[in-house]
Order: sequence, then structure tokens, then C-alpha cells
Amino acid sequence: MFDYETFKVLWWLIISILLIGFVITEGFDMGVGTLLPFMGKTDDERRILINTIAPHWEGNQVWFVLAAGAIFAAWPSVYATAFSGFYIAMMITLMALFFRPVGFDYRSKIQDKRWRSGWDWGIFIGSTVPPIIFGVAFGNLLQGVPYVLDNFLRSTYVGTFFGLLNPFALLVGVFSLSLFVLQGTTWLQMKTENELRARARLISLICAPLTLVLFALAGLWVYWGINGYVITALPDLNGPSNPLLKTAVVQHGAWFLNYEKYPLTQIAPVAGLVLPVGVWIASKFNRSGFAFIASSLTQVAVLLTFAFSTFPFIMASSINPNMSFTVWDSVSSDLTLKVMTVATIIFLPLILIYTSWGYFKMHGRIGKDFMAKNKHSAY
Amino acid sequence: MDHLVDLSRFQFAMTAMYHFLFVPLTLGLAWILAIMESLYVMTNKQVYKDMTKFWGKLFGINFALGVTTGLTMEFQFGTNWAYYSHYVGDIFGAPLAIEGMMAFFLESTFVGLFFFGWDRLTRVQHLATTWLVALGTSLSALWILIANGWMQNPVGSAFNYQTMRMEMTSFTDILFNPVAQVKFVHTVSSGYVAGAMFVLAISSYYLLKGRDLGFAKRSFAIAAAFGLAGIGSTIILGDESGYEVGDVQKVKLAAIESEWQTHPAPASFTLIGVPNQTKERTDYAIKIPYALGIIATRSFDQKVTGLQDLMKSHEKRIRNGMIAYRELQKIRDGDKSARTMAAFNKVKKDLGYGLLLKPYAPNVVDATEAQIQQAVKHSIPHVAPIFYSFRIMVACGVIILLIFLFAFYQSARQRIGKNKLFLRIVLYSLPLPWIAIETGWFVAEYGRQPWAIAEILPTSMGVSTISSAHVISSIIAIASFYTILLIIEMFLMFRFARLGPSSLKTGKYHFEKLESKQGE
Repeated sequence: MFDYETFKVLWWLIISILLIGFVITEGFDMGVGTLLPFMGKTDDERRILINTIAPHWEGNQVWFVLAAGAIFAAWPSVYATAFSGFYIAMMITLMALFFRPVGFDYRSKIQDKRWRSGWDWGIFIGSTVPPIIFGVAFGNLLQGVPYVLDNFLRSTYVGTFFGLLNPFALLVGVFSLSLFVLQGTTWLQMKTENELRARARLISLICAPLTLVLFALAGLWVYWGINGYVITALPDLNGPSNPLLKTAVVQHGAWFLNYEKYPLTQIAPVAGLVLPVGVWIASKFNRSGFAFIASSLTQVAVLLTFAFSTFPFIMASSINPNMSFTVWDSVSSDLTLKVMTVATIIFLPLILIYTSWGYFKMHGRIGKDFMAKNKHSAY
Repeated sequence: MDHLVDLSRFQFAMTAMYHFLFVPLTLGLAWILAIMESLYVMTNKQVYKDMTKFWGKLFGINFALGVTTGLTMEFQFGTNWAYYSHYVGDIFGAPLAIEGMMAFFLESTFVGLFFFGWDRLTRVQHLATTWLVALGTSLSALWILIANGWMQNPVGSAFNYQTMRMEMTSFTDILFNPVAQVKFVHTVSSGYVAGAMFVLAISSYYLLKGRDLGFAKRSFAIAAAFGLAGIGSTIILGDESGYEVGDVQKVKLAAIESEWQTHPAPASFTLIGVPNQTKERTDYAIKIPYALGIIATRSFDQKVTGLQDLMKSHEKRIRNGMIAYRELQKIRDGDKSARTMAAFNKVKKDLGYGLLLKPYAPNVVDATEAQIQQAVKHSIPHVAPIFYSFRIMVACGVIILLIFLFAFYQSARQRIGKNKLFLRIVLYSLPLPWIAIETGWFVAEYGRQPWAIAEILPTSMGVSTISSAHVISSIIAIASFYTILLIIEMFLMFRFARLGPSSLKTGKYHFEKLESKQGE
């Protein structure tokens, strides 16, 4: 029953789930980081903003670390080719991320205006650059990436860094940032009070329609201007995982084929268009909990839209589509997938339980009283 | 290409050694916090809560950089070692992913609750949180060392010509790899020592200054006991017992001892000397009879193989590797006849040795005799750096042992702080665990050369196909970042360590009392 083919699809699903965990949780803490220097007018306000995410950002970041680790373990060649091909982009992401752990932890340890504002901008960079680059990366995955494989399956990226920054990819980058900011503002509506809450609400009201428009725009662009990829011949779904054994071609409209084949998948893009409206309405009527839930589901819908559109492709080669990495032929061995599936079945539910417990224990709004009381122990 | 390999190695070494400035302290301090908080919950004495909070503050400063620099490690396998990632990701990736699920998540989620949950959790809930952080850090080390142990002694896997990579054949073999097991015990114990030395040295500073004595003495006593257990386990369960399995581990052992020829058992231990790589001998050697044989093989009759004999066996395996490479090419070209497959399978385990020829003869199969000899010469690492590093590590370990023995003796006799000279020695010994740990890792990883994965994948093959200019720019950028971060971290560490428990602002400790006195 559970043959190699099943596990291949399962790991596509698990990695999607990990990425969803990442965009929901780091979505809001990075969103807060982006807004920090603009929304917080005084030091007290900035500390309130940071302390809404203080107990959580560390755990949230593991969704990202784990997603990358799972890609390494389940799709080693994809990990190898993407990280080395996007070398400069990856290094920029990495160095931007440097600012977060130290920024959060060190910022409030010294009472000095320049020190603190320096770290605030550091947190801003660490929270703003990664979402943009992730968006740009996904934008490029939709278009195909210029790389080739040799006989030893050694990959060579033949594009340039600036080639990644094409108009469509940049649009997806901006879209991704607006998603993260939306997630951040709905979180802040839920976690802050008075003036800060009002400001967060206002930004949500602007950001929700913006997200909607950018999502629609990206969809239309893919429809008219971006070619998809299709597999034309695949030897054996249960056979050895080697990306050189199949043939594939570029085809107009290929990214929409799955929606015809499996109509149920249409829910994802439709939800991606409806949910931002929900965020707007919930924000309008001050239902912050609903706004946050709607915003989180928007993240899910967008990510699934990407996953459904491109399945079974993970990373297509624009130079030679036959060399593309797909869910069928760039995965780890049967045994490795099984071992990791067992680990996931045990640990993912545990993670969800203790993470929820942590959020439950730290729930509630943070305001001036909290800061006054925890002046020396808070961030 | 040559530069690319060296640059990539340099970047990895630099970032790994830097990362490991912070990891050991996290490993050790986490348990010390758990012990302190347990004492608080059991005795209900406020001072233990203050201890947990204050050492926790320093823990946090260190932890932030541990997390930051850990990200670099994860990225680098993909960015700089892409072929490595493709070739062994099937095996190497799994423990890393499981580490994330089982350990890093635990550690990171609960570390947030540790810092911010004091008012939100019950005392027992908070204590459990601290224990889970400590457990998470050590479990994290376990999985990382299973991955690293596999690089030293790659069990439970086989090459698959259909996918052109190594694939897992037995997960339990990888899990219970003897090299990984001893490495785990040795590495986490040494981290515990670093944590204990940190608390011991800073407590000594307060005792020397005559400040916050009750706080300092209690911290000193806990660190002394914990550190003694840690250094004991580090030395007794030192990982020399992991040097019996796998060719590369044997090479490492011979290099540590600068043992060129195989001597009759039990071999003597070279206390000090000058390894001479070109003449293949050790000049000015001072030897202790029998010692090496007994330490390394734990017997009187087993030999420790010398480097010359090891190189002889490498030569044979390199020649076999050439055949393996030739047959593999035939198979890749479509010849899957039983004869070719049989010929390949016969020498398959030496394929990696064939790949050692790549830097000298890119086509491998047409390597000349001179090129083969060149590959043999470079099938072992440079001996001198390993020889000296090992001795530095051991010397540090011995001093640390003496310090903890004396510290423990003093705390058992309730004489903590009476001997000022000892306090000063402890204070200035603070860097010793770090020196030992860094030199120890150097022995383990430099000693693995020329392999990335022992006997399977040469380091020179593992790199990404990227330009050297890329790597140079990332080295410069990361090095600048790291330097600035280190300065900031040290600044904060010194500042808060000097301030001591007064930084908690409870009003009970030295500087605050001083302030309130002046205020009166």
C-alpha cells in the first residue's frame, strides 16, 4: 500500500506543511520586525512591539530551519542546486537573518538611544529582506531556473544574480513582503492595545486589499506571460530517483493543468482571493482574532496555490527541462523517506502540542503596564 | 578549481570553529541552570532563583550567537558543498532533519518560555521548561554528532549507480555508529566542562572582589561538582576508543601519534617530538614505552598501524578505485551486462579512493604512476598540526582536571574562597576549555582530510560549482560580521559578568546596596 510513490507525494506534502508553519509563524514575527521602526514612535512602544513576539520568535524560526533541513534530507539535489545556484541571494538572506537573534536579545540590554535604534534597523533588515528574497525565489521557481546537470549529477547554475531579479520575480517578492506584513499587523491587532492597536488596524486595512491585488496580478501574469512545464515521459514512479531519466517540455498554461485535473485544488487560489477580504472585514469591525485567523489562512492558500500549480515540479531547469527536479525523481531513497516519516509522525504532533501550550501560556495583550512591570527582564 | 576547494574549506572551518565558541557554553550552562532551578524549587530559597536568572542572562547573550552562527552551518552545505549535499544528502540530511524535529524545536520553543514565562508558569512548569531546554540542547548535539560520526566512519550506506549517490541501507547502523556514540559523549561532556568553568571562573571573580559572597559560593560549588563530573567523563570516555574502526580513524590515530612505522605491540607513546612529513619520521621524539598501545587499543597485544603501512593499503585501494571508476563509466554508458556489474561490485567499495585521483588526473582511469604516487602521498593529512593540536588539547584537559579536583575538594571542605591564589588561577583558566575544544575539533576534522566522507567522497569533489570570487566575497562578508558580533557579545558578557547579580535589579546585591547607601 505504502510504496515509494506514496512516500514521494507524502514528502511533498510534509515540506509544504513545514513551509506553511514557517509563513504563518515567522510571517507575523517578521511582519512585526518590518513594521518596528515605523510603528513604534517611542522606545516604550518599540519594546511593546518586540515583546509581543519575544517568547515566540525563536521557536518560529525553527519552522524555517526545519523546512530547509527537510528539503536537504528529502530532496538533496534540490537543496544542493538551489542553495549553490542562488549563492549571492542565499548569502544576503543569511546575513540579514544574523540581525534577528542578536537584535532581539541585545537591543534592550543597554540603555542608549543609538544602540537601540541601531538594533531596531537591524531587526528591520532581518525581517524585511528574507521575505522579499523568498518571494523572488518562488517567482523564479515558477519561471524555471537556468541550471544544468552533468553525467555525475553535478549541477551548474548558468544564470546570474541579476537574472533572478526579473520583473515577475520582483512582483512576487513585493507580494511576499505584503503577505508577511499583513500577518504582522493582524498579530499586533490581537496582541497590543490602544494606539498601537489602532495603528496596526489601519495598516491591515491598507495591506489586505494590496495583498489581494498583488496575488491576482501575479496569477494573471502567470496565466498570460509565464510558461509552465510538463513531464512528457517518466519511466517508473517507483523507480530510482534520477532526474535525467525523464523528458519534459515547456508548455503554455501548464501551471493550470492540475486545476483541471483535480478541480478540488481550485479552492486554494479562490481562498487566496476571498480571505484577504475577510481580513479587511474583520479588521474593520475590530475582530482581531478573526483577522489573524483569516490572514494566516491567506498564507496557507497562497502557498498551496504555488504548490498545486507547480506539482510535480519542484525546480524546473529552463536550460533543459529534461533535467528538472520533480517530486518523482529528485527525492531521497525509499528507506530514508520511511525513516523520516516515522520521525515526523512522532515529533510533529508533539511540536504542535507544546508550541500551542507555549502560545496559550503567553496569551494576552501587552501594553504599558506590562512594560513597567517587566522593565528589567523583558526585551 | 584548486582555489575554490581551499577557499570553501577555509570558510567552512572558520564558520564551524566560530559556531563552536558558543555551542559548548550553551550545552553546559543549560544543565547548570536546570540544577540551580531544581534547588530553588526544592529549597524555596530565593538566591537559587536569582542564580538561575542571572546565569540565564549570560546564557541568553551566548545563546543568541549560537543560533545565529548555526544558521550559517545549515546554509553552507547547500551553498558551498552542493555536490556533497547531492552525493550524501540521502544519509547526512536525515539526522539533521530529525535534529530539527526532535531537539532544536524543543530547545527553541522552551527557551522563549524560560526567559519570559517566570510570571506565567507555575514553579514546576517553569522548572520543567528549563530541563527541556537542557535536554533539547544535548539531544541536538546527539543528532549533529550522529551526522558527523557518519562522515568519519560511514556505516549503513552504499553507493547506488542508478542515482549516482550514496544511499541509506541501515538507519540503526548509522544511529549506533560506534564513532558517533563516543563522539557524542566526549563532545557534550566537554561542553559541560566549558559551562562549569564559565560559572566557576566568574564566581571566583566575585569572591576575589569580595562581592555577593553567598551567591558566588553557591554558584562555585555547583560548578565545581558539575565540572568535575564533566571533565571526568570527557577524559575517561575520551574518544580515543573510536579510533579502531574505519580506515580514516586509523590514519587519524597514527597522525596524532606521528606513528610512521607499525611497531610491535604494545606501541610506545610519543610524548613530544617534531613530525617530519617528507622524511616520514618523527624527529627529537621522547617516547613512553607501551603507553599508546594500551591507551589506543586497550590491550597489550594489538598493534597500532603506522602511516606508511596505511599508505600502502591506500595505494592498493586507489588502483582498485581506478577499476571501479572505469566500470562505473561503462555502466553509465548503458552496458549493464552481468560481467560489468560483477566487476564493478567487486571493487565498488574503493570507488572513493579512485576519486582521490581527480585533482591529479581528472579522468581517473588514465592516471600515470607518478599521479598515483601523488594521490597516495596526499591520502593522509599533514601530521604536524594534528600532532601538536592533540597535545595542546590534552594539556588543557589535564590542567582543567586539576582545577576541578581542587575546586571540588575546597567546596567539600567548605573552604571556598579561602585561597586567593587559586581563585586567580581559576579566573585566568577560563579560556582553557575553549582552547581544548577547538583544538580537539581541529584534530577530528583536519585529521579526516583528504576526505569529506571517509573513504567515500574526497573533500575536493564535494564543493559547489561556483566561482572563487563568490566564496571570497562571502568569506569577507561573514568574517566582518562575525568580528563585529564577537566584539558586541564580549562587550555585553563582560559588562553583565562584572555587574553580577546586581543586574537583576532585585535590590539585594552589591552595586544596588552601594547605590542605596550612597543615596542615604
